[in-house]
Amino acid sequence: MTHAPQRARGHGEGSTAGRGQVGTSTARRRSRWLRSRRPLVLTLLLAAFTMALAMLMPGIASAANEAVTGTLQTSRSGPIAGVPVTVETAAGDPVDTAETDENGRFAVPVPGPGEYEVTIDPEALPDGVELGDRGESLTVTVGPNRAQPVLFGLADGTSNAGGGSVEAVQLLVDGIRFGLLIAVCAVGLSLIYGTTGLTNFAHGELVTIGAVVAWYVNVQGGIPLIPATIIAMIVGAAVGALNELAIWRPLRRRGTGLVAALVVSIGLSMLLRYLVQIVYGGFSSPYADYQTQRTVDYGVFTMTNRSLASIVISVVVLVLVALMLQRTTIGKAMRAVADNRDLAASSGIDVNRVILVVWMMGGALATLGGVLLGLSDQVQWDMGFRLLLLMFAGVTLGGLGTAYGALVGSLIVGVFVQMSTLVIPSDVKYVGGLLLLIVILVLRPQGILGSRARIG
Amino acid sequence: MSELLDAFAIAGKAFFGFQAIFFALLAIGINVHFGYTGLLNFGQIAFAMLGGFGIAISVSMWGLPFWVGVIVGVAAAVVLALLLGLPTLRLRADYLSIVTIAAAEGLRLLFRSVSATPVTGGTRGLSAFNADFINLAPWDPAGRHQILGTSWSGGELWVALIGWLLVTVFSLLVWQLMRSPWGRVVKAIREDEDAVRALGKNVYAYKMQALVLGGVIGAFGGMVYAVATGSAIPDQYQNANTFLAYAALILGGAARVLGPVIGSMLLLFILQFADTGLRALIDNGVIPEALLSSTDVAQIRFVLVGLGLMLLLVFRPQGIFGDRREVMLDAR
Repeated sequence: MTHAPQRARGHGEGSTAGRGQVGTSTARRRSRWLRSRRPLVLTLLLAAFTMALAMLMPGIASAANEAVTGTLQTSRSGPIAGVPVTVETAAGDPVDTAETDENGRFAVPVPGPGEYEVTIDPEALPDGVELGDRGESLTVTVGPNRAQPVLFGLADGTSNAGGGSVEAVQLLVDGIRFGLLIAVCAVGLSLIYGTTGLTNFAHGELVTIGAVVAWYVNVQGGIPLIPATIIAMIVGAAVGALNELAIWRPLRRRGTGLVAALVVSIGLSMLLRYLVQIVYGGFSSPYADYQTQRTVDYGVFTMTNRSLASIVISVVVLVLVALMLQRTTIGKAMRAVADNRDLAASSGIDVNRVILVVWMMGGALATLGGVLLGLSDQVQWDMGFRLLLLMFAGVTLGGLGTAYGALVGSLIVGVFVQMSTLVIPSDVKYVGGLLLLIVILVLRPQGILGSRARIG
Repeated sequence: MSELLDAFAIAGKAFFGFQAIFFALLAIGINVHFGYTGLLNFGQIAFAMLGGFGIAISVSMWGLPFWVGVIVGVAAAVVLALLLGLPTLRLRADYLSIVTIAAAEGLRLLFRSVSATPVTGGTRGLSAFNADFINLAPWDPAGRHQILGTSWSGGELWVALIGWLLVTVFSLLVWQLMRSPWGRVVKAIREDEDAVRALGKNVYAYKMQALVLGGVIGAFGGMVYAVATGSAIPDQYQNANTFLAYAALILGGAARVLGPVIGSMLLLFILQFADTGLRALIDNGVIPEALLSSTDVAQIRFVLVGLGLMLLLVFRPQGIFGDRREVMLDAR
């Protein structure tokens, strides 16, 4: 119950416009986010949310029974009272009917856990308020002793008023976010290739492991996501170092050929990927923090604050990597080793040490990329492997083995993949990215920034 | 102990079952690519998928006869090989590997997408296209047959018979080809491409021919799989299968005619034995539930394959039958 005042304050201090409910635990943080964006919030696209606040309904929550709950309201109409809500079991047997109260809330107790269909009567909605994309009936699964929130996305026409997003610009921004994310993951892949010649098919697993470690620290350990990410990045760097020390350095010493090493990396990729599936499981799950953010309208596009943060973090990290490569001794050594390993070794550079640092950096960056990906798409056991193909596309596009090429190529792949949904369905958008890869190999096999000598 | 024997019997069936045929055909194709020519094709499963869906789409969707479906599948595999080979075969080996793995994943995503559903059946795939073939069986396809303590349906037996016939035919073909002048050129390309080019051979054309040949053999593998299971579902054609086939090839011995065949049989036997055996051990409480639950067994197999692949490559790259000198490959 302690959350109620927070929630009230959050609403009071925020804008009066289209505000859905907030998750109780994140109310304070969100109100701060929203307050700082107040003028933008006023033109918010999304008009209505419903979401139950089990804690505000003591009668239901404390009785330890199952229920479906929700709130009907939009920004223009405010809470909508007197709308009949019908709950049926999945088999179609009626359970109960309720009407929303003056706060727009409804709560229907259900006999037990299971699937229920919740229907509202569209006729009873006030003028100007319409059903959203989700329709009038929703199927929800109620867990044991849970008051399951139901979310009807009601629309009140405000999405067309002022602002709004231009689809192409929206996709461009999404594409930039996605491309930067790929770049963060792929810089390590490219540097590893440049310094050792290894095409590391297990790089996607570095992404997955990082994201999963951060998930465990964040969700199971209860540590906020930002420190959890830092912990995961340290683990990721350690995993990268372990890769180099336990596998690749001994293999180089044995004189294992690059093709054999490539197949070894595939074996490693399978090993790690399915180990993650055993430990973590086959489901996809979000992080505990920053999940309930609303999109913020920037005129021609909308974006959640976590997407904005993702872009900012990616840019800052990539700039830091570039500065490191240009200015620091270890960065120059990396470029020297990538350029000509023997020459670098003969001029006094400890090649093995440089490669170790590259692996650690690659591991940490892949972890960061994994967390950013998990933040936008949830954490999954094969997320890294699926991203790996786009990383390869980006790295090849930019020029295998060049750090800046990875950046440019990844950005292009990310933007291309997202923008392609203008013309092709979104479930085949990755195919477009992979096609782009094939086309670019025909036209300019060395990639955008690559040199002719590298392609053999 | 009896459970161990059961596991052995079930694994014994896997030794000869359609999955062993599937992997044997994939691996024979990969052997032509990787073992003999030195091409890194990591998208072999895409060829298999085209083979399987070639039949499925032709029969279920277009109403064509079964044998036309086979031709469609082969033709699709040839087209894919040309498409993949054209841009990449002039480049270093790892470019082909990246493009093939990308193409395999991309094709699977395309086949399972909503927009492809009218043709491929989307995520549910297609079924009911193998009746023409199963009905050719000289015995009752629905009856049960007991062979060495394992039970087979007539249809399974028929598919297995034809499948192993295909494996034999392609093994003989590869054997003869690799003894021919063509085979010597291809092996020379694997060893030193520049030397072959200096002899005036068109390396690009030879590589392309090898890619097409191996791809078509892989397509037949996909056909056997689709016909045996009676359905073609895009998600059956996961990339991991390509790597299972690589593991089979390397286990048996690359650049050996029988390497992929023996390797696939052994791999399937090991996988099935590990699967049944682990489940039995978990059920009997030998392995505590906390450490490993029976739902994890399916994944453990892939972990073992991954580990096995790494260890083989590092410690015995020639596998069981291979010649070490022939498999010390290096990307140029």
